[in-house]
Parts: sequence; structure tokens; C-alpha cells
Amino acid sequence: MHSIPRRLLSLVTSALALAATSALFAQTPKKLVVGFSQIGAESGWRTANTDSIKAEAAKRGIDLKFADAQQKQENQIKALRSFIAQGVDVIAFSPVVETGWEPVLREIKAAGIPVVLSDRAVKVSDPSLFVTIIGSDFVEEGRRAGEWLARKTGGKAVIAELVGTPGSAPAIDRKKGFEEALAKNPGMKIVKSQSGNFTRAEGKQVMEAFLKAPDAKDITALFAHNDDMALGAIQAIEEAGLKPGKDIVIVSIDGVKGAFEAMVAGKLNCTVECNPQIGPQLFDLIEKVAAGQKVPARVAVKEGVFDETQAAAELPHRTY
Amino acid sequence: MSVVLPLVLWIALAAGLCFSRRSVVFWPLLALALLLLFNQLFTPGFFHVEIRGGHLYGTLIDILNQGAKVMLLALGMTLVIATGGVDLSVGAIMAIAGAVLAQRFVGAGWSPGLAIVAALALSVVAGAWNGLLVAVLRIQPIVATLILMVAGRGIAQLITDGQIITFENPTLVYLGNGFLLGLPFTLTLVLVMLALTAVLTRRTALGLFVEAVGDNETASHFTGLPARQVKFLAYVFAGFCAGLAGLVAASNIKCADSNHAGLYLELDAILAVVIGGTALTGGRFYLAGSMIGALLIQTLTQTLYMRNVSADIAPVPKAIVILAVCLLQSPKLRERLARLGGGRKRRAGA
Repeated sequence: MHSIPRRLLSLVTSALALAATSALFAQTPKKLVVGFSQIGAESGWRTANTDSIKAEAAKRGIDLKFADAQQKQENQIKALRSFIAQGVDVIAFSPVVETGWEPVLREIKAAGIPVVLSDRAVKVSDPSLFVTIIGSDFVEEGRRAGEWLARKTGGKAVIAELVGTPGSAPAIDRKKGFEEALAKNPGMKIVKSQSGNFTRAEGKQVMEAFLKAPDAKDITALFAHNDDMALGAIQAIEEAGLKPGKDIVIVSIDGVKGAFEAMVAGKLNCTVECNPQIGPQLFDLIEKVAAGQKVPARVAVKEGVFDETQAAAELPHRTY
Repeated sequence: MSVVLPLVLWIALAAGLCFSRRSVVFWPLLALALLLLFNQLFTPGFFHVEIRGGHLYGTLIDILNQGAKVMLLALGMTLVIATGGVDLSVGAIMAIAGAVLAQRFVGAGWSPGLAIVAALALSVVAGAWNGLLVAVLRIQPIVATLILMVAGRGIAQLITDGQIITFENPTLVYLGNGFLLGLPFTLTLVLVMLALTAVLTRRTALGLFVEAVGDNETASHFTGLPARQVKFLAYVFAGFCAGLAGLVAASNIKCADSNHAGLYLELDAILAVVIGGTALTGGRFYLAGSMIGALLIQTLTQTLYMRNVSADIAPVPKAIVILAVCLLQSPKLRERLARLGGGRKRRAGA
């Protein structure tokens, strides 16, 4: 029967120890805990994005809870709920699709956790469900691609378009921006448009199909919503006995290393950069949000447009 | 060329339909023929085949080449389903095979042949793992293979370190892009695998074993069949086929894309097998039917591409065609339709 008082004693000592440690550490500021739900690792771009976020968190001594959703919204919602349960200070995520976030965002709001969106937007009826969005302006990217193509072709082009994943923000906005640029150039029109799901395999397969159509000979330009699809399509164009970059002018978006290599090889003409290295800018924003400071509703990432003439000089600087 | 090849195709299809009049394979073949007929009439350029770069070039050739992955998967899947199981992990095994191929060749500097052997070996190990869970530990196939379906893609990511690894080696690129006698090399690969499987299952008692185990495992065990071994081997074979499909997929785009390689293809493979007339409950299986099922799915995909159907709504026509095929296959529905028709005739006669 002597075990009970002993247990009590150990309980008291541990409680004392806990109190002592918390008193000891009360002076040092609490470590910021951030939950980040990433879409996945579907491309070199995404991996660079992840690396930049993880590296910056480590540098700043932020406790980063990182969850990879493997391209599935359900996984992301699960991750967001677990962030609520863990009581993180700020939640950040890159939504895999635009819609369907309302319920989980309400749960987060009810828990009093601010949300920062990274790289992609969501469609919600209540704008107070998230504080700010940092990321690329996809409409602007599409517009820049269209404007570059107009300059390159003198405003005359028959265009095949490889669309991204249906329903995703970059696919919707890049198409919109590109079409806005085309509206100013009546000599440019899109004759084929299909989804290649942002992947090389489907980009190639869809381009193969485009090139088999009776009017395939007329195609003079290709606009791919990302570099990976363009790299797949380049293979299809080569296999059809045509010269990518010459017979068909190709412009894509992202600016991954593979695209620069293709430009140096003369197979791709232009890539509009979509900068993944947002870590520093993202955590500047998160720290401000956590401190309760006012932040702009939209923060743009610095980005450029690179064509074949600049590719060789830029290639060594590409880390992703 | 543009006239001769479609003509040959139509004659072959007609002959196939006549030959399989009383077989299960008749219905998927009819569906394929109808879909092709629709394209012959309404999709310009679908049947255009020419010689370009020393080989045949056209949509029909693309169907054969791009359809090879699902055809290979369907071969293994047919046997697994015939034993009364299912293998959900084949898509993930494809990703693993591609990852091993690219990582061993690019990262470790192995020769292409050795990298291919390593990729296939790991696929067989993956298949054996499934077999172990299902045949030895008696876990439900859907659950047992779900484990690798989820974990496999992670394993592939680990192997490639989350990166897309590209390669340019001519041998490796040949697998998924090369041409043999003017036709895609993948076609040869599929035909060789199909012939091997057919000989193994139909010229030996193995096929009967598989069907017996699928029909009634306990009964076949008591008649002295090595039921567990048969099941185990079916999963190993499915793993091997998935490995081959993974090599073809990676080779086709000259890179290992662990995230997307074979994504959802296990569903296409199951669909191909079911369209082909093999029942999900196990028992009798039809290899030729599965191949036709795989071709039907690819033809459908290519049709949607060629007809410029927007990707947002593409699943709808796909679903409608699949539903039509399943209805065509249903003996109950056919019986009812026949009775309806017969009834009308009788009434008209009276």
C-alpha cells in the first residue's frame, strides 16, 4: 500500500519541475508554430517551393508542421484539421483546387487561427476566411505569355493550347490572361485546347493527338500552362518529324531548369517565370500576421520572362 | 496506306466478330467496332495512317502505343481477378519501377540492362508482398493491395528523392518510343507477354487451377490443388506486368515522374478486365477480352482528344460509353430486350 504516497510524491516533484522549467523559459519568446499544407511534389517547381519554405522556417527558428497532400483535397482538409487540433499559431497552405474550402476554413476561423494562402487562390463567399494570399498572379503570367507570343509571331499565330488540371486556379487564370492578350491580336487564335493535367505524360499524349488532326499542319504555336507539359509536347513534336521551337513556336510557364535546358537546345522559345522561392516573403508575412499587424490582401512574388536569347545566361542560376 | 490499313482493320474486326459470335468476347469487340465506326464516319483524320520517319504514324498507332500500359496491367489483373482477388497497387508499382529504372541508371550509373532488371526485380518483390498478404496471411485483397497502392507512391518518391529524373539513353528510350517493323515496340512487348500468358494458362493446367481457385478456393484445396501457391503467383505475375508497364511509361516520356506515373491506371486495368468479360467474382477469365477492353478505353481517350472534347466534361461521354458496354454485356438485359422484341413479334403474328 505504500505505492500510493510514492506516486503522489513523484507527481508533486514533476509538477514542481514543470513549474520551474516554465518559469525558467518564460523570458524567452515562444517559438512560432506554423502549419503548412503543401499540394504535393508533382513537379520540380513544387519541390523547389517546398525546399524554400522549409529552409526559411529552419533559418528563422520557426516550428514548421509540414504536410504533403499528394494532390488530394481530402488530404489537405485532413491536414488543416490536424493543425487546428495541434493549436498552431498560423496556418498556411497551397490549395490544390479552388473550391470546396468553405467548411474547413470556417472551422479554422472558429478556432481563431489566421490563414495565409500560398501560391493559389480559393473561391469562398466570405473573404474574411483568410487573411492574405502570397503568390504569383496567374492571370498576369498568362497575359505575359500571350504578349510575348504576339511579339514573336508579329500577331499572327494558329495556337494549340495545353491546359492545366481542370478546375485548378493556375489553369483557369493562365487561360484567362492568355486569352486577354489574344483579344488585342485578331490574327492569333486558339484552334486546339485540351488538358494535359500539368504532367509530361499527358502533355505528350495530347500533343500527339493534336498533331494527327487534319488541320495539324496549320498549327504554328503552342501555349502550355506549365513547362512539364511543354517538355512532353516537345517529344511528341519531334516524333512527328517536326522541329519544336522552329516549326512550332512554344511558350510555357514556370521557368524550371528543364525548360531552360530545352531553350538552350533551341526546342523551347520562352518561359514565363513563376517563382517558387517564396520562403522569405512568406514568413515575413506570416510573422506579421502572427503579431497582429496589418498586411495587404495580396502580395505578389517577383517574376520575370525569359526567352531563348537569355536562356544560356540564366541556366546556371536555376536551382530547380 | 491510308486506305489499306483501315481496310485490313475492318476485315480483321469483322472476322473477329464472326469468329467470336458465341463467346463473351463478342460484346466488347462489338463495342470497339462501333466506336471505331463512329470515328471512321465522324472524326476526320482518325484513320489517317502514313509512313513518317521510317515507321507507321497515325492515331491508330498512338492507340496501340499508349494503350500498351493498360494492356500489360490488364494481363496481370485478369489472372488476379480470376482468382477472386483484385490488385489496386499496380499503378503504384509502375511508379516504383520507373523510379528504380531512372535512379539506378542516372543516379547510380548502372547500365540500362541492369537498371531494367533491377526495376523488374523490385516489381516482382512488390507483387510477392501482395501475394504474401493475400494468400498466406489471408487479408482481403482489396485491403491488402490498398496498402501498397498508398505506400508505393511514397516509396517511389523516396527512391527519386521527390524529383523528376530525366534520361536520354537510346536503349531506355526505345522501350516506350521505339518501332519494330514499322510498329511500336510496345506492341511487340504486349503480344509476347500475351502469348506467354496464354500458353502458360491455356496449354498447361495453370489456367484451370486459377479458375478453380477463383470459383471455390476451399473445394479446389480439398481436390489437391495448391490453392495458396496459385493465388500467390497471380499477384507476383501482376507485379511483374505492372513493372513492365512502369518501364514503358517512364521510357515514353524519358523520365520517372513518381507522382503521376500510373496514377489511377489500376482502375483502367480493372475496367479493361471487366469489359473483357471476366467477372469480378473470379472464375473464368478471358485474356483476349481484357486486351480488347484496354484498347477500347484507349480508343475512347483518343477519340475525346481528337474531337477536342473539353477536359472538364470528358469523363461524361467516357462514362456513357462504359455504361453502354456494361449493359451490352449483361445477359439479363439482353434476355429482356430479346423477350420484348419477341413479344412484339408474337403479338404482330397473332
